[in-house]
Amino acid sequence: MSQARLIWRKSLNAVMLTLTGVAAFGVVSILFLILGYLIWNGGRSLNFDFFTQLPKPVGETGGGMANAIVGSLKLLFLAALMGLPVGLLAGVYLAEFGGKMFTFVIRYTTDLLNGVPSIVIGIFAYTLLVLPVKHFSTLAGGLALAVMVVPITVRSTEEFLRAIPGSLREGAMALGASQWRTIATVVLPAASGGIITGMLLSLARVAGETAPLLFTAFSNRYWSPGWSQPIASLPVMIYTYAIAPYDDWHRQAWAAGLILLGLVLLANMGCRLVLNRRGMTRSV
Amino acid sequence: MSTTSTTLERAAPPGAGPRAFVQRLRQGDEVAHVITLVFAAAILLITSLLVYELWLQSHLSRAKFGWAFFWTSTWDPNADDFGALPFIYGTLVTSVVSLLIAVPLGLAAAIFLAELAPRKLSDGVAFLIDLLAAVPSVIYGLLGIFVVVPLMRTVIGPALKSVLGALPTFKGPNYGVGFLTAGIVLAIMVVPFIISVSREVLLTVPRDQREAALALGATRWEATWQVVVPWARTGIMGSIFLALARALGETMAVTMVIGNNPKVSASLFAPGYTIAAVIANEFTEATGDLYLSALIELGLVLFLMTFILNGLARLLIVATERGGGHPA
Amino acid sequence: MKRAALSMLLVLCLAVIVGAQNLAINAAGATFPYPIYSKWFDVYHSQHSNIQINYQSIGSGGGIRQLTAGTVDFGASDMPMNDDQIKEFQSKNGCGILHFPTVIGAVVPTYNVPKVAGDLKFTQKAISGIYLGTITRWNDPEITKANPGISLPGDDIVVVHRSDGSGTTFIWTDFLSKASSDWKTKAGSGTSINWPVGLGGKGNEGVSGLIKQTPGSIGYVELIYALQTNIPFGLVQNLDGKFVKASLEGVTAAAAGAAKSMPDDFRVSITNAPGATAYPISSFTWLLIPEKFKDTNKRDAIKGFLKWMLSDGQQYNEALSYAKLPKPVADKELKAISKIQ
Repeated sequence: MSQARLIWRKSLNAVMLTLTGVAAFGVVSILFLILGYLIWNGGRSLNFDFFTQLPKPVGETGGGMANAIVGSLKLLFLAALMGLPVGLLAGVYLAEFGGKMFTFVIRYTTDLLNGVPSIVIGIFAYTLLVLPVKHFSTLAGGLALAVMVVPITVRSTEEFLRAIPGSLREGAMALGASQWRTIATVVLPAASGGIITGMLLSLARVAGETAPLLFTAFSNRYWSPGWSQPIASLPVMIYTYAIAPYDDWHRQAWAAGLILLGLVLLANMGCRLVLNRRGMTRSV
Repeated sequence: MSTTSTTLERAAPPGAGPRAFVQRLRQGDEVAHVITLVFAAAILLITSLLVYELWLQSHLSRAKFGWAFFWTSTWDPNADDFGALPFIYGTLVTSVVSLLIAVPLGLAAAIFLAELAPRKLSDGVAFLIDLLAAVPSVIYGLLGIFVVVPLMRTVIGPALKSVLGALPTFKGPNYGVGFLTAGIVLAIMVVPFIISVSREVLLTVPRDQREAALALGATRWEATWQVVVPWARTGIMGSIFLALARALGETMAVTMVIGNNPKVSASLFAPGYTIAAVIANEFTEATGDLYLSALIELGLVLFLMTFILNGLARLLIVATERGGGHPA
Repeated sequence: MKRAALSMLLVLCLAVIVGAQNLAINAAGATFPYPIYSKWFDVYHSQHSNIQINYQSIGSGGGIRQLTAGTVDFGASDMPMNDDQIKEFQSKNGCGILHFPTVIGAVVPTYNVPKVAGDLKFTQKAISGIYLGTITRWNDPEITKANPGISLPGDDIVVVHRSDGSGTTFIWTDFLSKASSDWKTKAGSGTSINWPVGLGGKGNEGVSGLIKQTPGSIGYVELIYALQTNIPFGLVQNLDGKFVKASLEGVTAAAAGAAKSMPDDFRVSITNAPGATAYPISSFTWLLIPEKFKDTNKRDAIKGFLKWMLSDGQQYNEALSYAKLPKPVADKELKAISKIQ
């Protein structure tokens, strides 16, 4: 028995481990295909003008998406400001304080919110923030994105807080820390790697969303001062340019896609750097 | 005499006795409890408001069609006759297909990255995979049209037909666009979520769990599959929920590769339509209040579907819970 | 970090101050004329630097809805508002709405038939039959009799249409309703309809993408799109029985016929227009301007723009493959501008 079984187990081991490698390789190659496509098509029309000029009408070459880049940054800033704290604190509640029934309900609701199509969230933000004041605004767009940021942040915060072993919490409490101190100074930092990942994932997801912005932030061919005017954003520009018949616009759309990716990359790198420097990388 | 009293005074400022200390401790906790509770409740508030708005705006359509909306197949804006069945069907089919592809692929890749790959490689690849989540859906759509659709028409479709052509799911003409193509594009879009989160969760499994299994003579694979993965089960399930949610609500990429035909077909090669895609396509142009109301009712239907699917998935978790997960 | 934040704050404040002196006007509507509108608003802005007209193409229906809700100052649409929509606007805003045709465009049939290189001719019966699903093969007699020199294969016809609601669909289905009474009863016209057969592509891009990928397919796209992307398109039989290939001249000819009987509110359909050289699938596209404005600055800016658009603006049309308005129509519109208060 033992000899045959051992061979079976060993070969199963080899096969399965190889398969996981194949899967990882497959996914990574698709990734490189997409990135490569984006870089190839987008890189060709990236120039200094792209970052500094306003969009030009069709037929005139040049022109850029300076206002859309700033616009996306402003919108993401609002989404982070309004959505991340809600997600973080709600996740803390679910993991640390909640009772069984209530946490079940909240978790369920969060998953529901996550599944709502972005265009429905856009309609929701429209009826709430645009119709009453009769104009489109950056604020409305930021809110729509914030609503989308919350569910992903909540889920990942909760998951990673729960993954911290109870021994860590008990140790802190044995030393006299109150519950909230334990959470703030011991548990959260320990889970910060995963939590930051979740936050970045949520921001990355909304950075590329078009539908919720169509009825809230609208778009703008000019600069948008303040927070109550329509504002341009990279995804909406990509959408508008990609379905137009002009080659020049197509190239700009790819370039915008590349920029979007670049912004997210920078944000990712920045966060990792900060985490590393403070020594708050993965524990265990 | 005076020095002793001053020392005593300095050593005991007001409110520093043991009882007051404990009081402050508890107050801090309660405040924290209340604050986080408020934010958690805010999610309930937002969602209820959303459902309320959807309910309100769809009343015209609900009044006219009633429950028949769920099983009617027509979608005729000119005749003002609307039914949700083809869209429900399309949403379900594409989501299921995408998960069938993405979950095994994603989980396998996550296992590789968490368990087998050297740390630097794993971190580097995970970093790049996180980027995939930021690619706007329009770009996935364009890639779908230019890459996946021709592949489907020339390579994948014929291959499937030659092997599995007898099954009703693979019958019928293959245009390149259709349920299967949409499922594939969706799978590519959601696999980063599964890999990213599953990998992080797998990495949090304590090392001693693995070592204990290996010490007992398990092979690497056995230790991974029978000890590590079950430990991380709820986190992995969470990532699958995220993926499912994304698949159900995805609009732009799907509408570019699904053929946009509101019909129920058994074949995966046939063109179809999803709820999110039809809303995105027709909302901006919908003139007529009943038309608009029907589209919003579709949004409500999607909400209901998510509700039910989530419920079923949770039942699944409870059913498979064997006490092998990490402490709650 | 702090310094960066402070300077950002300063820039934002400056932006608010500077921005406050500009007159920002928002408009929304049809995607079809977006390129020419963006050109016009840009040129006008360079001539009147304090007027910023921000136009976004969210679709004709979206434009009408936003206009009625009051979230934009004026709208644009590829189809005129119908009576119900005008009544709704009136009840919500207390005044009427004026239509101003701006340019004329056309919709063309594009196809991908294996081994066929030349331009195909389509009779009115052929197109309606194909889209109704009654004509299913490329070598159907209705198609072959119009194309005597070309040998057509017996392949199935794969029909492609727009999945997103659009003015282009409206123009196409409006023509089909006039070409075939069967179509009118079975499907009708609109920006979104219940198509008897076919695959749906999103946007012009989606349709032409599908056609490129699918041998034996036929679809419809805007003329500008076909010209700019160099895809082959066919000839369509007009009301007089002649086969016309869409061109700026043919489109203007279609509009010229309508100019004689132009109603005062400019709401007219010019598909299937009479005239030997008229291209049958042409259409005006309109700007929708409220009759009364509360903000006199905005009103004057818009009136000024309309005047400019109808005279100097038209010279930019042809470079972007849009047809100019016939002079009698433009003159009539110039007179109508005075109706805006």
